[in-house]
Amino acid sequence: MLDCGLVKSKCRKKFLKSKYIYTGVRALLYQSIVQNYHDFVVERNLDLCINCRVCERQCSYLVHYWDENRQRVMHDSSKCVGCHRCEALCPTGAIVIKRNPSQFRENSHWKPWFLKNVYKQAEQGGVLLSGMGNPQPYPIYWDHLLLDASQVTNPSIDPLREPMELRTYLGSKPDALEFVERDNKVNLKTKLSPQIKLNYPIMFSAMSYGSINFNLHIAMAKAATELGIVYNTGEGGLHPDLYKYGPNTIIQVASGRFGVHKDYLNAGCGIEIKIGQGAKPGIGGHLPGEKVDAGVSLTRMIPIGSDALSPAPHHDIYSIEDLRQLIYALKEATEYRVPVSVKIAAVHNAAAIASGIVRAGADIVAIDGFRGGTGAAPTMIRDNVGIPAELALAAIDQRLRDEGVRNKASIVIAGGIRCSADVVKAIALGADAVYIGSAVLVAVGCTMCQRCYTGKCPWGIATNVPALARRQNPEIAKRKLVNLVRSWGHEIEEMLGGMGLNSIESLRGNREKLRAVGLSEIELDILKIKPAGR
Amino acid sequence: MTKKIVIDAKGIYYKELNQQIRKFIQKGYTDFELLNVSGQRYIATGLEGDYNFLIKGVAGQDTAAFMRGPYLRIEGNAQDGLGNTMDAGKIVVTGMAGDVLGYAMRGGEIYVRGDVGYRVGIHMKAYQDKLPVIVIGGKAGDFLGEYMAGGILIVLGMFSQDKIAPITGRSLATGIHGGIIYIRDGVPDTQLSFNLKVEEIDEQDSVLIHKYVSNFASELGLDAEEIMDARFIRIRPKSHRPYGNLYVPN
Repeated sequence: MLDCGLVKSKCRKKFLKSKYIYTGVRALLYQSIVQNYHDFVVERNLDLCINCRVCERQCSYLVHYWDENRQRVMHDSSKCVGCHRCEALCPTGAIVIKRNPSQFRENSHWKPWFLKNVYKQAEQGGVLLSGMGNPQPYPIYWDHLLLDASQVTNPSIDPLREPMELRTYLGSKPDALEFVERDNKVNLKTKLSPQIKLNYPIMFSAMSYGSINFNLHIAMAKAATELGIVYNTGEGGLHPDLYKYGPNTIIQVASGRFGVHKDYLNAGCGIEIKIGQGAKPGIGGHLPGEKVDAGVSLTRMIPIGSDALSPAPHHDIYSIEDLRQLIYALKEATEYRVPVSVKIAAVHNAAAIASGIVRAGADIVAIDGFRGGTGAAPTMIRDNVGIPAELALAAIDQRLRDEGVRNKASIVIAGGIRCSADVVKAIALGADAVYIGSAVLVAVGCTMCQRCYTGKCPWGIATNVPALARRQNPEIAKRKLVNLVRSWGHEIEEMLGGMGLNSIESLRGNREKLRAVGLSEIELDILKIKPAGR
Repeated sequence: MTKKIVIDAKGIYYKELNQQIRKFIQKGYTDFELLNVSGQRYIATGLEGDYNFLIKGVAGQDTAAFMRGPYLRIEGNAQDGLGNTMDAGKIVVTGMAGDVLGYAMRGGEIYVRGDVGYRVGIHMKAYQDKLPVIVIGGKAGDFLGEYMAGGILIVLGMFSQDKIAPITGRSLATGIHGGIIYIRDGVPDTQLSFNLKVEEIDEQDSVLIHKYVSNFASELGLDAEEIMDARFIRIRPKSHRPYGNLYVPN
């Protein structure tokens, strides 16, 4: 309780009625320098506002509140994170969330971002924390790549009339195939490695139960099943109710080994060893105890309320040889029934590391670029560590081809895939399939306010608070995910058809289908593509 | 009803050996005696149920990883990763064990008569009625009990081949946020970091230690009372939220 002198009794009274004791009295007290340097302002059109208090109920950051004295809804913009939930749900369209127009003196070096961060850290003395992927203005190579299309010399294909193959199999492929002929029948003699079958070259990326809530895990599991693709559990274990979606589930094993046991390992159609994540390469995870409720406790197998700390490395993996040991421990534990994937963040030596991963026996290599999202990452790590997925992908595909081991593992790329054209470009650069994570969240309402780590997500996504989590209906969310992937699938078919291809297989690593604009010779060399016009 | 089989592991590749074991299990065998084991990996890895293994020789990397239930007696040494992410069961090693013993172990008991390597008991965790326990008769290397979230580690330092080394190495229990480590005869101050609460044991601890030391002694033919006849200390985390105040939202 604040001691605010003369207004104390009034303040107490207000506190009993609502939570907004700061209003009007905060100037009397010590005030943080960043208090009024907030990022967003709420604009309420008083002509339109009908004081229905929807905004107040929707905002989990307590921006909007009912002012008993004025008998109307008021707001405190300093608490606004820019999630736009109130704006989206205002029945009269009375609310607009805007950037705070307050300007510091122009300085192209000391941008307001840096000033505000220094103020905050000087006051609170902690590591800056963020959510989602790297938002900084680094080059986006997808936007420098253009696709080819057939004109005159080869016919384009209309996917609405002709069959178009998007089916993709992930896993190790044999060096050669041997057949046996018996009784006029030809049979495959070569024993194939286990594969993950995908109807679209798209998978839902690892987002743990805990970082996002159970409703969305149900939605992802059901959508993946309906679409014939897979979703990834992330490192938070698997809820007993979701075991039935196992054929469309990749289960993840990360350094904390939360909820990892025999049944879990055998529940899915694949296992992924998470070494790193694009949003925070080299960093472990801290799921705060506040987010560990009964359900999360059950799947992670840790007590309710205890912190879930994932160490930065797997402490049984300090080398490629150690990685091999874990890959084969998992294969032994599952009796070689499922492929094993190894996910790394895209870092400087990604190509050499990927080569090691393939030689260690992985069936799938997943690479997460620096745009990849997260529930929480230290801001400096998110914004400054790792390399773009596009460059890492091209380098890895080339390296594995040069070394003659490309068939031994599939490549999956993740980290900022925004649309179906990004998917097509990724496959032409050498990927077998892509992971989408941020796009999944956007599909169910995420506005990328980057405050996932607060656990108060007003869209009901990155939160386990029951009242907020209820905002995601698993059936509606599932429908949106199915719609998204189906529509991307149609677009991919159109783009393939335009290039005169009738199978995604013909595009894989087919860099002839790509041209670049505005890239340097070195970048072109890394991507192994020609500039537009040549 | 038990059904026993003896397998001579000499010259058999681990994949084949484990396949053989799985086949015998399908046929109803419950007791296995493996002779001449020389580093074959993954024995009893991912195995669930009531089985008994007598392993003679050197058990290889990741023996009993993800194991749930079986009893393993290793007469000899064990390489790295014994009991990795183990769920339930019991392992006895009459010799020494290597690095990352009991990594992320959630339940079950491991008793090692001699020394153990680096990174032992990292991220051990307890859950409901699952309480992982490791008793080390000898000394432990660096990073013992790092990131420990639950369970019990007991280090006796009595049956070590290393006369010079301290009972535990450096970075003992850094990042610990749950569980208890008991050390016989104490640990030099130089091995202790700032985040640890080091105390004398109380009556309750004594009962707990006695229980597991008795198991250890009876499994290995030692005198429990002689082991108990010493001062034990207890190491616990100062905070269960070591990183609770680390962050500033931006």
